[in-house]
Amino acid sequence: MYRYDEFDHAFVQERVAEFRDQVARRLSGELTEDQFKPLRLMNGVYLQLHAYMLRIAIPYGTLSSRQLRRLAHIGRVYDRDFGHFTTRQNLQFNWIRLEDVPKILEELAEVEMHAIQTSGNCIRNVTADHFAGAAADEVADPRPYAEILRQWSSLHPEFSFLPRKFKVAVTAAPHDRAAVQVHDIGLHLKMNEKGDRGFAVWVGGGQGRTPMVAKKVRDFLPEANLLAYCEAILRVYNLEGRRDNKYKARIKILVHEMGEAEITRAVEAEFATLQGKALTVSAPEVDRIARYFALPDLKALPAVSEAYEAAKRVDPALALFAKRNVHPHKVPGYGILTISLKPIGAPPGDATSDQMGAIADLAERYSADELRVSHEQNLVLPHVKLDDIPVVFAQLQKIGLGSANAGFVTDIIACPGLDFCSLANARSIPVAQRLSERFADIDRQVDIGDLKIKISGCINACGHHHVGHIGILGVDRKGEEFYQITLGGSGDETCSIGEIVGPGFSSDGIVDAVETVIETYLKLRASADEPFLATYRRLGQEPFKEALYVR
Amino acid sequence: MVKAAKPFRPVVATANDLRSGAVVYRDRDGKWSKHASLAEIANTQDAADRLLALARADHDANIVVEPVLIEVDGGKPATLRERIRDTGPTIVLPGPPV
Repeated sequence: MYRYDEFDHAFVQERVAEFRDQVARRLSGELTEDQFKPLRLMNGVYLQLHAYMLRIAIPYGTLSSRQLRRLAHIGRVYDRDFGHFTTRQNLQFNWIRLEDVPKILEELAEVEMHAIQTSGNCIRNVTADHFAGAAADEVADPRPYAEILRQWSSLHPEFSFLPRKFKVAVTAAPHDRAAVQVHDIGLHLKMNEKGDRGFAVWVGGGQGRTPMVAKKVRDFLPEANLLAYCEAILRVYNLEGRRDNKYKARIKILVHEMGEAEITRAVEAEFATLQGKALTVSAPEVDRIARYFALPDLKALPAVSEAYEAAKRVDPALALFAKRNVHPHKVPGYGILTISLKPIGAPPGDATSDQMGAIADLAERYSADELRVSHEQNLVLPHVKLDDIPVVFAQLQKIGLGSANAGFVTDIIACPGLDFCSLANARSIPVAQRLSERFADIDRQVDIGDLKIKISGCINACGHHHVGHIGILGVDRKGEEFYQITLGGSGDETCSIGEIVGPGFSSDGIVDAVETVIETYLKLRASADEPFLATYRRLGQEPFKEALYVR
Repeated sequence: MVKAAKPFRPVVATANDLRSGAVVYRDRDGKWSKHASLAEIANTQDAADRLLALARADHDANIVVEPVLIEVDGGKPATLRERIRDTGPTIVLPGPPV
């Protein structure tokens, strides 16, 4: 894992001291709310529906046991004993007292954490494939590059006041688990035929009120040029991006308005002035950072664990868990284990302090002290011996987190919605809970297979509804909650924006409507092996529309 | 076409406590209470204007932040959003009861 160097420690400590002073000046009245608001947002403190909300950064979704224990402690001491993992691999606490924030930031800094770059019109925390550093299908660990981007972007004076926020995601596997094509910059690490590393560079993707799939501006950018090229993109955006209308200020609008050819030309022209200069990422520097992310010392093991296979044969629940929640690891004899934070009927992405503590213990004992947070609001134990999976599964069941539903219909993404968020128009979590309960029967989930439902409580799309196979958008219609359904979205390498299927449904009707969509799919699929998305792409929305609206 | 003026509905002043962030309502004694039921209700436009001015003064005095008037119906916040602010999330929270 990355460890702070002297600069990082000093920078975070200075920020804590600075914010302690700013909070004191706010509470004494020396700073007005107008003066203070941008300062608190720079430190992850929002004012939400019920109280101050603190959003804590988990860069590229990587956590140690010690860090997770600290988050559990903060939840226990300063909040309501639970935390909410978000779709940007962050963690939010919903009832933080402003006067406690300096102390909390100090406690976070002790474990090399902070809340910087979780708000404001800056380059936000870089997100990454949640299986990074462990996945069998990655060409290399993408996190060193995410960390290099983090070091470049933190406090970057030129890019601290952009037209709007700016999100970067990194993946290194052909199967895109980081949704890079719906980010401002998406980076896909790959290897060319000579064995050199480079990136496919995607620009101008995003969700929100104007969803767009990014354009690929480079198919193979040599790794040495990573920072110079990103700087060139940011410079073009900073100069040309709109500042007169916040709804048109994201780079996706600029890319759309300039066109793919012109934005590429502008970026390449800027890049030509930067290439080969101070921003060149040298191979020794990549190696130096990569050493922080070295694979743990995993003992060589047989590819097949007899104990694991035997346990699966006698325990169907474990067998299903293995099938859904265990992903191939790059080292034989190990697996990547997804801890679903989606037990039936529970709010997606929530974990109590006790659960976080128990998961930290499991990570320490069984996963080389490492964890990941996924943008799908689950936690991941990246390095578990296959031999140990039965005991880890048993432990997870004891804390209510043994659901074998990763990627199933009940593995729903949902934003906090109107239950927490001051921007929301409708509730998201209760819809997710009712859907989860409706499809609770595990045999039914197995029959339905891979299906991603994503729910947002407003057009800002924090619940990623645009890239849900079934997306649900909550809207306010004359004071009543209504829910619009989109179909056919996907955030993976086949990225597509879902299409609105027709008029929205009332809160009472939305669960039935989703069930109708799913039952229609089950009737129409070519075989039990054809997933929902493939059926939709083959048939289009007509049969679903007919099932929903034609009586 | 001239749009008909929206009829006045009773309002109360709400905000968040500066220190804790808690949802608060301005009561009849000029204090800020966590209970909407204790809020002073303005039944006329003039009373509403006066209430908002007082709430803004409390904002300027660094007691509360983001003061606004919200409509009430039978003494309770009228919109779903404000009802949730008043009574908390509509879901069962994962932690122990508060």
